[in-house]
Amino acid sequence: MINSGDGGSTKKRNIVSRRMFILTAGKVIIFGGIIARLFSLQINNNKKYLNLSDENRLREWRLPPIRGDFKDYFGNIIAGNVEIFQLHVVPEEVTNFKVLMFRLRKILNLSDNEYRKIIKKKNSQKPWETLIISNNLSWEEFSKINLYLHELNGAKPVLSIARNYPFKDNYSHVLGYVSQASLEDINRNEVIKNNHVPGLKVGKTGLEKTYEKKLIGTNGVQRYEVNAFGKRVKELDHEKGKKGDNIRITIDTEIQKFLTESLKDKSGSISVMDIYTGEIVAIQSSPTFDPNMFIYGIGNEEWKKITKNPLNPLLNKTLSGLYSPGSTIKPIVALSALENSVIKKNFKVRCKGKIELFGQTYHCWKDKGHGLMDLRNAVKQSCDTYFYEVARLLGVDRLKKTAEDFGLGKKVLENSFFEEKKGIVPSTEWKKDVLGKNWVLGETLITGIGQGYIQTTPLQLCLMTAQLANGGYKIKPKIIVEKNQMNANQIKFKMKQNFIKHKFDKAQSLLDRTQNIFKNKENLFTPLFNDKKNIEFVLDSMYGATNEIMGTSYSSRIEDDFYQFAGKTGTAQVKRITEQARKLDLKTSEIPYEDRDHALYVAFGPYKNPRYAVSIIVEHGGSGSSTAAPIAKDLFKLIIDRHQLRENKGKEINSGENV
Amino acid sequence: MFKETSYTNRLTFFQKIRSIDLILISCVLILGVISTFAMYSSEGGQMLYYTKSHLLRFSAFFILMIFLSFIRLKLFHSISYFLYLIVLLLLLYASFYGITVSGSQRWINLYFINLQPSELMKIAIILCFAKFYHRMQIDNVNSFRNLIVPIIILIMPMFLVISQPDLGTTILIALSGIIVIWLSGVNIKYFISSFIILVISTPFFISFLKPYQKLRILTFFDPEKDPLGAGYQIIQSKIAVGSGGLSGKGFLQGTQSYLEFLPEKHTDFIFTLFSEEFGFIGSIGLLLVYSILIYRIIYIGSISRNFFSKLFCYGYGSSIFIYIAVNMSMVLGLLPIVGSPLPIMSYGGSSMLATMVGLGVVLSSKIYHKQIIA
Repeated sequence: MINSGDGGSTKKRNIVSRRMFILTAGKVIIFGGIIARLFSLQINNNKKYLNLSDENRLREWRLPPIRGDFKDYFGNIIAGNVEIFQLHVVPEEVTNFKVLMFRLRKILNLSDNEYRKIIKKKNSQKPWETLIISNNLSWEEFSKINLYLHELNGAKPVLSIARNYPFKDNYSHVLGYVSQASLEDINRNEVIKNNHVPGLKVGKTGLEKTYEKKLIGTNGVQRYEVNAFGKRVKELDHEKGKKGDNIRITIDTEIQKFLTESLKDKSGSISVMDIYTGEIVAIQSSPTFDPNMFIYGIGNEEWKKITKNPLNPLLNKTLSGLYSPGSTIKPIVALSALENSVIKKNFKVRCKGKIELFGQTYHCWKDKGHGLMDLRNAVKQSCDTYFYEVARLLGVDRLKKTAEDFGLGKKVLENSFFEEKKGIVPSTEWKKDVLGKNWVLGETLITGIGQGYIQTTPLQLCLMTAQLANGGYKIKPKIIVEKNQMNANQIKFKMKQNFIKHKFDKAQSLLDRTQNIFKNKENLFTPLFNDKKNIEFVLDSMYGATNEIMGTSYSSRIEDDFYQFAGKTGTAQVKRITEQARKLDLKTSEIPYEDRDHALYVAFGPYKNPRYAVSIIVEHGGSGSSTAAPIAKDLFKLIIDRHQLRENKGKEINSGENV
Repeated sequence: MFKETSYTNRLTFFQKIRSIDLILISCVLILGVISTFAMYSSEGGQMLYYTKSHLLRFSAFFILMIFLSFIRLKLFHSISYFLYLIVLLLLLYASFYGITVSGSQRWINLYFINLQPSELMKIAIILCFAKFYHRMQIDNVNSFRNLIVPIIILIMPMFLVISQPDLGTTILIALSGIIVIWLSGVNIKYFISSFIILVISTPFFISFLKPYQKLRILTFFDPEKDPLGAGYQIIQSKIAVGSGGLSGKGFLQGTQSYLEFLPEKHTDFIFTLFSEEFGFIGSIGLLLVYSILIYRIIYIGSISRNFFSKLFCYGYGSSIFIYIAVNMSMVLGLLPIVGSPLPIMSYGGSSMLATMVGLGVVLSSKIYHKQIIA
């Protein structure tokens, strides 16, 4: 009964089979569902998941871009890239990290502080990430490590690339320096943001900062396959980046070196400019520093030494230092007075050492007085009393116009330096707007001798002198070499053309012309004067100041025509001289350093056929004739000796030499 | 009847060899080879611990399977209850003295192997029910006593396994048991009503789930919510399978697996690895092998003359199907992640042992398919 054959069993068999059939049908449906799912994942959405899997496994590492070089006018590299030796360790590959570090510490003489920093860094990163033990090994350290390398399992001496300034402190202010990009740098500059990799060095000041876009280059890219933990498994692709553009600047390193030497142990600045092309031949601010220090982060002590220095080495005094021009403004005052027909050349004033105005006494630098002065003698001997009178007649607003025409009160290099300052050329309107007070006549008098509110940068004074020396034509100063520029002869020709045109335009009022100069850049090389004779007269009086007896810089003169230069000294008061001090008549060396006058000198040369303008300032140097002018003597010799070399190079550059 | 019995008992060794099911054995061997290659790939193309150990276990248990297939079916029938009791005791032992791995106390240390009794229970429960319903007349199936006893038999191991805790195996044990109960002819209304009760009481059960189990179920519904945490496995598995495409990335070329994006690639996710490297075509091929295997088991059940082996084969064939379906649905993101291995393919001694024992019984059923158990 229980087994086969009877009815119950058959019934049971049928039930089991029927139910098994239902189950099987269910299974077919479920397998169908699984196959459909496989189809949807692997066939329909294959692309999507293939992308996702590539996203998983592929990682790109951006390599730091290689920065473009800076070259001087003669093509020498003044900021380049050098190969440096670094020591890397990948902690994961080291069998015994502690032992290795112990050995390295001994070989490299790591201080406790440095050692702690490395350990801290190690703990903050993944074990397969590279740990940089030393950024810049000396050759000795490098060879020592290579010698012991078989015992230093896991240490890797690596060749890397770093910024290098071969002329060290000669170009610190012009080029600035590079250092690790800060968050601010990244946020402010789109190019840095796009090319940023950890440890990227970017320009912090100077041309390095301004021309970041050109210099930075593009990232190289390394593509790696990585595992789920981010460890690189193998390199798939290596794309080389593009080096940044090279930039050639107009500076002559030999002259630059001379400037550095001349300003050694002094605080101040010298600029040299081509009076036709506007090229800055040399420009130095002192004290200076070695920009190579900043590349791997400057040490705390060195940083303090620089920032705590009262002479302020970080300030580019040529562009950002503001000084009273002192007597160097006098040629402009004289010119302005002549141009505005306020006085004639033979206008005479008797100098008694001081004048009084509304109960206020205004002193001439010469207590005894110069006696009867005409304009030429007043410039030559720098008679203050004479210029008080001229300024009084001229008024500050007309003076301002001339001063601004000749480059004071606005940036000289416009967009080349973030740190450049504008300075101040005061006027009645300016005082009302800025200080909210009315102009006082006494202020006009002291502005006439370059004191008071007037503030100029040394480079502005240099441009002023250049534009006087070239016969009174507008030029455009520049520091970056560009191709296909007009040379000096072409510029001279252009100036002559413009002068002729200018003569026929007499109908135009002076005001219109001045406005045009501001509005239109095409006014380049156009006359800044009304009457050519006035310029010639001012230049001649400057000749007198340097090359004739009684001239303020007579002792610094060169008699050889080939080198002969003309200039105007200036002594800018830092502190108001009290009546008491005036009576004591102290020598410079007897006055405390901070109270000593700034010494200034502006000059151009060679006198017969001028080509270069110079401005020199020595902070707290005493008087212009004793401290600043003597520097000019050797400087002009060097500049003029190198002139032909420069001319030849200029031709080469214009005919298309590679920058 | 007696004649037939004596006839089958007198089967010679060669007769046995001749009637062994070669198709089923071929399927098992193919799966063994595929799984060894997959294991080899999971170790990055090296013959390391998992591959060696997997191959060794497969070989050993394959021999065991062949050995079991020559054993008289009657023996399995007679020890079914005993086997169930032994496994139940092992489960009880495991819940007191078991080894705890990642928060779950599932294993018994037998020194040469870590035994997971819950895996064995998947077979034991089918054997036990097959015997239970073997002699039962169809009219008695729905009696109160015959309804309550199977429930007790089923609930006891489920309780022990869920408290380990191991949700996946619990569900698989329950499904295996229910299938045999279903096959035995229990009235459909009981299934429907218990299903309704289950649905209603689900919220109540969920409150008993461990937090990680809840998280798994939640992430199943929205894996993108926590792509680096609990959803990671599902997302990475789908990426691996999807990126395999039509023909796969090639043997040893599965980037998801050898770059370690794939979790648990030797065990639950072995299919993902296989599917990434061999693509849609390979996956369909693997499914085909499994389908033939299941078909063969069910076929053997259908030709069996006695109810014990019929119920066992039907039940076991369906269980294997469920293991496969649950595992694949899980790695393809169709079901929440509950630990459940893919038979023969996944690394795991106990699972392999249970599978091979089951197949041994199936093969024995084939050899003795004409036998009738009194």
